Amino acid sequence: MALDKKDIAKRIAKELKDGFYVNLGIGIPTLVANYVPKGIQVEFQSENGILGMGPFPYEGEEDADLINAGKQTITSLPGASFFDSAMSFGMIRGKHVDLTILGAMEVSDKGDIANWKIPGKLVKGMGGAMDLVASADNIIVAMMHVNRKGNSKLLSKCTLPLTGLRCVKRIVTELAVLDITSQGFLLVERAPGVSIQEIKEATAGKLEIPAVVPEMQF
Amino acid sequence: MINKTVHSVKEALEGVSSGMTLMLGGFGLCGIPENAISELVRLGSSDLTCISNNAGVDDFGLGLLLQQKQIKTMIASYVGENAEFEQQMLSGELEVILTPQGTLAEKCRAAQAGIPAFFTPAGFGTEVAIGKENRSFHGKNYVMEEAYQADFAFVKAWKGDVAGNLIFKGTARNFNPLMCGAAKVTVAEVEELVPAGELDPNQIHVPGILVNRIFQGQDYEKRIEQRTLRNI
Repeated sequence: MALDKKDIAKRIAKELKDGFYVNLGIGIPTLVANYVPKGIQVEFQSENGILGMGPFPYEGEEDADLINAGKQTITSLPGASFFDSAMSFGMIRGKHVDLTILGAMEVSDKGDIANWKIPGKLVKGMGGAMDLVASADNIIVAMMHVNRKGNSKLLSKCTLPLTGLRCVKRIVTELAVLDITSQGFLLVERAPGVSIQEIKEATAGKLEIPAVVPEMQF
Repeated sequence: MINKTVHSVKEALEGVSSGMTLMLGGFGLCGIPENAISELVRLGSSDLTCISNNAGVDDFGLGLLLQQKQIKTMIASYVGENAEFEQQMLSGELEVILTPQGTLAEKCRAAQAGIPAFFTPAGFGTEVAIGKENRSFHGKNYVMEEAYQADFAFVKAWKGDVAGNLIFKGTARNFNPLMCGAAKVTVAEVEELVPAGELDPNQIHVPGILVNRIFQGQDYEKRIEQRTLRNI
């Protein structure tokens, strides 16, 4: 069975390590904060200027001066800090943020990512995505393996305008966990009940299939 | 102590005219200079180039200037929340220069700090880098970006004193400190203007040297764009 968005977030949450500073993008990545493994400490950064981001506020406690990069009201946790946008992207470009999790429209088997622009459609902008992907050593992409028409979004070459070159390290989709290696997409795990054949059919880029591909554990 | 106080928003915006390049602080609707924007609407200056991370919503923030068609060029990183913006962009009335958010921040800071240009990895190999100098340092590729040149910077702080020292609150800080001193004239509006000596010098985020005019803002709406709550 293919995973739903919550399950994708749950699987990505297993990548969090004790002591990590983590930047979460909008969409599925935001859900990762709900599944931090017990017994570890991580701090979430939002690029508009907070480290130590907490959950959404209770009604009546919302503060117009306290939002995340998705413009949602949030709270801050003990140990949090606020800073300006140059400092925020300084910590991103300076590789002080350990892990970046973001969504994508397309990823290539070289690790290129496209997630900001569809030519001919409304262009909303890249926000902080180009800065994040150009700098982070550890980038995990949360995305659907195929689009609504059933076409693969894991390609040999991105067709949409790029956000960054050769930067993605790992992808978690509704079907599989894949790493980007010099050989292309390496199939690391498959979703429970999903066959290797299904993943092969859904992957347009070069796919390396090891002898043993375990099912994801939650 | 050098007193930077002006007594009205009208006085604060003296010298603003059509065709100018303006920086405006804020992220979404958080920390935007509401009073300065209202006065820009009243002044009716046109053909403006606005540098701001976002373009407001239809009826608030920079959306108010868009409604009056006062903006010719918008420089921003993300503009997704505004139907009027979309309409003007698609019809070609509005020129839009999309800039990676960290680059936008640094282009402000460079202007503030007297640095004409810098290299960033953001956008290398993408259409953002087209026409710009690329260079490799220690095996990694970078794009040269230039500091902004602006006529006015409008920022909003939580507290300020008459010497122009500023303190921000929460994530309303964002681009505001970086725009101070990054334009020919910096205008700061504050929720609470206090006499010199009332703010602890240890807690100042922006020293008054970067601010030319400061005034007590009025009637802040501080609208929330996405009120998102936790279930009890």
